[in-house]
Amino acid sequence: MLKIGATELQAAAAAPARWQDYVLLLKPRVMSLVVFTALTGLVCANVKMDPVLAGTAILCIAVGAGASGALNMWYDADIDRLMRRTRGRPVPAGRVQGADALALGITLSLFSVGLMALAVNLFAASLLAFTIFFYAVVYTMWLKRATPQNIVIGGLAGALPPAVGWAAASGAAPLNAWLLVAIIFAWTPPHFWALSLTMGDDYERAGVPMMAVVKGEASTRVQIFVYSLILVPLALAPAATGLGGPLYLAVAALGGALFIGLATRLLARKDKRDARRLFAFSILYLFLLFAALLGEHLVGLAPLGLFR
Amino acid sequence: MSDPKNEDAAFRKARQGRNIAIMLGLLAFVALVFIVTITHLRGNVLSTGN
Repeated sequence: MLKIGATELQAAAAAPARWQDYVLLLKPRVMSLVVFTALTGLVCANVKMDPVLAGTAILCIAVGAGASGALNMWYDADIDRLMRRTRGRPVPAGRVQGADALALGITLSLFSVGLMALAVNLFAASLLAFTIFFYAVVYTMWLKRATPQNIVIGGLAGALPPAVGWAAASGAAPLNAWLLVAIIFAWTPPHFWALSLTMGDDYERAGVPMMAVVKGEASTRVQIFVYSLILVPLALAPAATGLGGPLYLAVAALGGALFIGLATRLLARKDKRDARRLFAFSILYLFLLFAALLGEHLVGLAPLGLFR
Repeated sequence: MSDPKNEDAAFRKARQGRNIAIMLGLLAFVALVFIVTITHLRGNVLSTGN
């Protein structure tokens, strides 16, 4: 510990914390996906909302996501330091002190939830607070180092933003909002496990019990395939529940076929390049699904509602 | 070893940057609370028809 402390001090002395380092603590790339899915939930609620309040709601969700990112980086600095992908982050690199990341995370959590409660509604604020708590405490502190199901259960935190957006617009979260949550929830395991297959021994070195470390790569590939079979029908469901229209159905069908195709190839060929392809496509797939829904609701394209 | 004078200047510059970022963040927050308050007021006034 002393040695790490000395290294941290040296790094801090060499590179003073710039304001950009604090922005990095908020995980801006994750934040952009959260903003996008939350905006989709907000628009899909089909409730006329004042643009100022809608913008405030999205800002609160973005800042809340950033706050949980900062809390995660504070708590995980010891394992982030051991992994190639994360050792350049501001805390393990020694540019920002852990206590500062913690303070930023707590402050932004209080500001985002407080403003959501005052400006939008209490239900959305409660869901936002639960999302932050689930990511920072349930996932980061309890699950991540304890079980290979860490990202399966913890994935709920990343899945909730559409429901928060929906609740901000309408004050409620009906079944269709939870369907969007379920899609991201089922998408998370194949997405993260494909990434973990490309990372070599990073997680093992850090002692994080990711599925590939605990059960082996073969079992992980099977589970990626199984979750893909759950995800694709779930992603088709909005076309049957009055949420998605023809464009959404086309994207979900074609994208779903490609997703299962890539998962099958990964299962059959055991090639790291296939894991990388599936990981990259999973991001595009989720983006296109939500973009199709967002586009349809913005231009007023009627949903199909096959079984309504 | 690096020059302590340059290091001192780099730290001062970084701190100034952080201070400006905090100031801008707080000003934006104050402006946002004001705008949200006016938006709610306007909505309530319009809904009561006064």
